[in-house]
Amino acid sequence: MDFGRISRRHLLQGGTALTLGAAAGLRPAFAAETTIGFIYVGSRDDYGYNQAHAQGAAALKKIPGLKVVEEEKVPETDAVEKTIESMINLDGASLLFPTSFGYYNPHMIKMANKYPKLRFEHCGGLWSDKDPKNAGSYFGYIDEAQYICGIVAGYTSKSGKLGFVAAKPIPQVLRNINAFTLGARLANPKATTQVIFTGDWSMPVKEAEATNSLIDQGVDVLTCHVDGPKTMVENAARRGAFVSGYHTNQSPLAPKAYLTGAEWNWEALYPKFVKMIAAGESIPNFYRGGLKEEIVKTSPYGEAVSAEARKHADDVKAKFLSAEGYAIFKGGLVDNRGKTVIAAGTDRGQKDPELEKMDYLVEGVIGATS
Amino acid sequence: MTTEAADSAEAVGTIAPAADPGFLRRHGGTIEYVLIPGAALVGALVVFGIFVAMFGKNPLDLYFYMYYGAFGTWFSWQNTLTRAAPLILTALCTALPAQLGMVIIGGEGALLIGALSATSVALALQGLPPLVVQIAMVVAGVIGGGSWIMLSGGLRQYRGVNETISSLLLVYIALAILNHLVEGAMRDPASLNKPSTREIGAANMIGTIPGTDVHWGLVFGLIAAIAAYILVYHTVFGFAARIAGGNIRAAKIVGLGVDKLILTVCFLAGGAAGLAGMVEVAAVQGRTNANLAAGYGFTGILVAFLARQNPLAIIPVAILLGGISASGGLLQRRLGLPDASVLVLQGIIFVFVLASDALYGRIGLLKGKS
Repeated sequence: MDFGRISRRHLLQGGTALTLGAAAGLRPAFAAETTIGFIYVGSRDDYGYNQAHAQGAAALKKIPGLKVVEEEKVPETDAVEKTIESMINLDGASLLFPTSFGYYNPHMIKMANKYPKLRFEHCGGLWSDKDPKNAGSYFGYIDEAQYICGIVAGYTSKSGKLGFVAAKPIPQVLRNINAFTLGARLANPKATTQVIFTGDWSMPVKEAEATNSLIDQGVDVLTCHVDGPKTMVENAARRGAFVSGYHTNQSPLAPKAYLTGAEWNWEALYPKFVKMIAAGESIPNFYRGGLKEEIVKTSPYGEAVSAEARKHADDVKAKFLSAEGYAIFKGGLVDNRGKTVIAAGTDRGQKDPELEKMDYLVEGVIGATS
Repeated sequence: MTTEAADSAEAVGTIAPAADPGFLRRHGGTIEYVLIPGAALVGALVVFGIFVAMFGKNPLDLYFYMYYGAFGTWFSWQNTLTRAAPLILTALCTALPAQLGMVIIGGEGALLIGALSATSVALALQGLPPLVVQIAMVVAGVIGGGSWIMLSGGLRQYRGVNETISSLLLVYIALAILNHLVEGAMRDPASLNKPSTREIGAANMIGTIPGTDVHWGLVFGLIAAIAAYILVYHTVFGFAARIAGGNIRAAKIVGLGVDKLILTVCFLAGGAAGLAGMVEVAAVQGRTNANLAAGYGFTGILVAFLARQNPLAIIPVAILLGGISASGGLLQRRLGLPDASVLVLQGIIFVFVLASDALYGRIGLLKGKS
């Protein structure tokens, strides 16, 4: 059924026909035109989280036979359920990417149960055996990229004071702050990271205040973990500090100040997913990976990054890419209150579920989780 | 908005005598209530069509997709009604105090406190029969939200604090309380990256209206709106409230208990928004977290003003705005319009409806008295 043009008859047939059409719309392989729906919680040109996903969607648009429909600024309420259903019923979507964390439970789970023949892929959720089999969650170990950014920041900072503008003290964010700091201390063992939590994912005014406050305290390299790094990047660059990006490449916003950044590589992952489905393979319901699996990447180095920093960062990156891998969170790790959080002798590899529960800031971070 | 309330009181007054013969003249007031907002809506759509045409899109496509996405299929209707449900209740939070000449814009805060109260009660009563838990949740939601807006009413009546400002500021306090509890005392330790309370349990959810996937919040909204209409226009209490809204000194002189009136009306108003919060928990989210702050309280203000603070008119206006937001997704997907275009349309409608206020009682054909 071609949903691009809607005739009067379609309208008269109303919802029943459309629902049936959608149910029948599941094709075994992507032979005919397949519609994929992308849902973003914010604006798709936010220079951040949502733009990274939109770039992944753009990579799919280039593949013949695929039609991509997108909707931005969908709140994490039943509005997202309705958007999913609208994409299924009115656009004929058979593969859905609701990309915000809060879409997962209960909203996407509910829809996956309601439409068992369609495929749902969620970014960031923790899929478990209780969840429907046609749903999946994927995410990347972006702390690997933050670790490398930390190395570059450690070399570049003259004051040894780094700044981190963060949204909330939740495991994913703490992991990034800690990885960035540990990376920086490889380059400069005395480096510290001052962290400011703004309290929510998109608080431009507080992000600007945090940026200014950090720079006033002598911080000269900043990074962040908020939905849209634009505010931090532009303000820091205006104040003469260096920045390390997040989510996507922000170098166009601050070409001189931009060192590198921790980026998602959705434009590599999404086409991979689509090829797996077309080939009849099933996507693992719980899909994770880092630099090696091409789920995350680092931005190209900016001109201010020294040769020494590049070499050290590239060496560590090579270790992440190697067959044996590399553990950021190694035994003997002490938090910033002096408590040992990982006992000597136990290295916590990336897939260690303990890391998903992180609730501490490592030594060298100035700040508190609560 | 004292003049607004006075206007409507006066308009209602003109219907009652109905001394003039002739259908148009007898029902002039009622016809005006349909004709003028209708014309304002058409005017707004035409202007929005021009706006969209400037971006090279066909306005006829626009109107078609708006109709199709909002009311074109049974699915679209359900989408629209689901979105309208919370708006009816939050609109009452502004419309009821408006009868007293008060401008309350803090429905969002009452919604959050209502949700939080309802969740707390449900978590405390785990194990009791679902109906008991649900009734307790309704009561808690109403009392929570009602007390919250009563605070604004009390501040105005006993301390001379402007209720518009205080109710708005109370929204941020409510959000802070919610975040504090959800990230602290009430946090479910399993909610790692999205701090939330524990779930109220599937058995305690209120579910959907049979044969649809619209939740019971819609019925609650309809009942509340009709009850509010009867209260305002067909009871002594409502009459007293409108007298006080028209002229507070006159009301005092005739011996009305203005303090009590204000507190009661504020409680009922906040109760409606608190009920919306309860429904969001019991029908949609299943727990409390930051997702509840989705802006229903703020959209409710728009609904109330577009309905000229008439509780009955709130129902069609909420459905209209629900439809606009339901079709907004389709406009993004089919016409490539940004999400903000829906806000532009809402803004244009708002301006047209407010401007059309000047027409009431000035259309010669419909004048009740010459």
